[in-house]
Amino acid sequence: MAANNLDMKIAPIEGIDRISRSRSLVGGDRTFFGLTIFASLLLIATLLALIVLLVVGSWPNIQYSGFNFTTSANWNPNITQNHPHEEFGILPYIFGTVVTSTIALIFAVPLAIGAALFIAEYAPRWLATPVSFMVELLAAIPSIIYGFWGLAVLVPIMYNVDLKTGKVSGVDAFLHDVIGKVPVLGSLFSTPGNGRSLLTAGLILAIMVLPTIMSVSREIILTVPSLQKEGMLALGATKWETIRKAVLPYAGSGIIGAAVLGLGRALGETMAVTLVIGNSSTAITPNLLSSGYTMSSSIAQKFTEAGSDPLYVGAIVEIALVLLIMTAIINGLARLLVIFSTSSALRGTRA
Amino acid sequence: MDNTQIKEAPQDASAEGYNTPVATGGKSMEIRNLKAYYGSYLAISDVNMEIQPNKVTALIGPSGCGKSTLIRCLNRMHEVTPGAPRVEGEVLLDGQNIYAPSADPVKVRRLIGMVFQKPNPFPTMSISENVLAGIKLNSGRLNHAQAAEIVEQSLHRAALWDEVKDKLGKSGASLSGGQQQRLCIARTIAVNPEVILMDEPCSALDPIATLKIEELIEELKAQYTIIIVTHNMQQASRASDFTAFMLAQDGPGHLVEFGPTQQIFTRPTQKRTEDYITGRFG
Repeated sequence: MAANNLDMKIAPIEGIDRISRSRSLVGGDRTFFGLTIFASLLLIATLLALIVLLVVGSWPNIQYSGFNFTTSANWNPNITQNHPHEEFGILPYIFGTVVTSTIALIFAVPLAIGAALFIAEYAPRWLATPVSFMVELLAAIPSIIYGFWGLAVLVPIMYNVDLKTGKVSGVDAFLHDVIGKVPVLGSLFSTPGNGRSLLTAGLILAIMVLPTIMSVSREIILTVPSLQKEGMLALGATKWETIRKAVLPYAGSGIIGAAVLGLGRALGETMAVTLVIGNSSTAITPNLLSSGYTMSSSIAQKFTEAGSDPLYVGAIVEIALVLLIMTAIINGLARLLVIFSTSSALRGTRA
Repeated sequence: MDNTQIKEAPQDASAEGYNTPVATGGKSMEIRNLKAYYGSYLAISDVNMEIQPNKVTALIGPSGCGKSTLIRCLNRMHEVTPGAPRVEGEVLLDGQNIYAPSADPVKVRRLIGMVFQKPNPFPTMSISENVLAGIKLNSGRLNHAQAAEIVEQSLHRAALWDEVKDKLGKSGASLSGGQQQRLCIARTIAVNPEVILMDEPCSALDPIATLKIEELIEELKAQYTIIIVTHNMQQASRASDFTAFMLAQDGPGHLVEFGPTQQIFTRPTQKRTEDYITGRFG
């Protein structure tokens, strides 16, 4: 009976066109198509506008400094007796960015993979859910709070002076005393400073990028098919062997991607770094305990100094341009890395 | 009888002491009052079976009757399934209870290998690395000659050597489905088990690849005890010596009938077995 009713509803009625496009439906389709196109074009346009603005803004300095801008270590924005010409060289800032980001990844990646494995593979659900929630909450904390925490808590841990005896203690002094005399490695801790250093900035960045790397890695690890894990277990693998030989190789390229996402945040992070890096030395030194600049912290710090000097402003805008290009290059390289480390066969089985 | 100790796998020796796979022959298994749960849900109930060494035993039955659950209980893979899995009863391998409190599931799985429904070679490993994956787990480093010999022997036994001998360095995932499944069998053989469990090993394969696997099973039973889950009754009648018919009507899955394959398919004692094998349900 039901089938009959259905038949009657769609039964052809003479003289009614059932094949031509219905105008209202096509209209809806077109509107939606237009909206999605508009949204994506707007995004691209914004990016292009940003690049154009940065190039135009930095043009005076591009003409003035040329390639010296990224290869010189001299930053003398004002003409003085010793410096008859303005000089804009940002090599120390690039160095600071690279060093702090590297420290951040060295500390954050193993911790993040460990936490992700714990949550995805070991923890019972009642524990996994709150732990991953809290780690992800770390990502929602505004960076100024990290900076302030770094200043109020981390810096005194790194460097502490007893006011009565004048005795210096803390992690920096400890590292200097213990590792400072070791050849090669010791040069990283050769001269302790005041606790605001490349190392402190790197540590703050590590905490800040940890949740990103952790949660992306966890998602990747959860996508490893249970058949892969069971295949390894059935060969007589322990839990750890299964993780090392089946889970991590399968998830490897995705975890690299997660680390790069974290790196992206570390490269651009400004506020927290500005507060704990010291913003004073422009020396390029292996000493991680020395203060320094990153590209973004130098922008934040110098923008008020620049005033309306178009050359100085241009130099600062160009720092932003170089940072953007660096980030783009690193992301591109990371993508290539992911493509190359994912064998074609692996991509086949993943689909 | 002392069931508390699971003996060491023969290949559990150091790298020097390791010999290329010399099958020690299949061993018998005995299932006693086995019950398997997911949480409080009883999936299979009171299964008792004696599995003969160097024979092929097929588990058949309609979907959901618990045959895959049962086979996963036989090498302690049931307990790694999600959903609060639990097992009661005993499973004896050559007289030793694999569920004894002192039994190590890792060692149990070295003695009782498993081939899965879908071929699952490790995609980041080459063909030879796939074969060696299980051996490398505990016997440390093998020298080149030993490794090459194990790879060749295992692949020979899995009837795959001639097809892959020129591309051992290629990814295991580059093979066809049937070749992948034979690679998984080679990988299982390489650790020198006494029993091989196969959970619907041909369900993802075409008829020709299926036939090859069946021929392979026939050859392998000289050296290993084989238990195979299949929903293909022709396969059970062609490839097995004993057949167990399971059913989960009105309650948990249980064993309806177990006997020589020829008898099950020609003179079943139970009406429900006859109904199933003649295609009246399931």
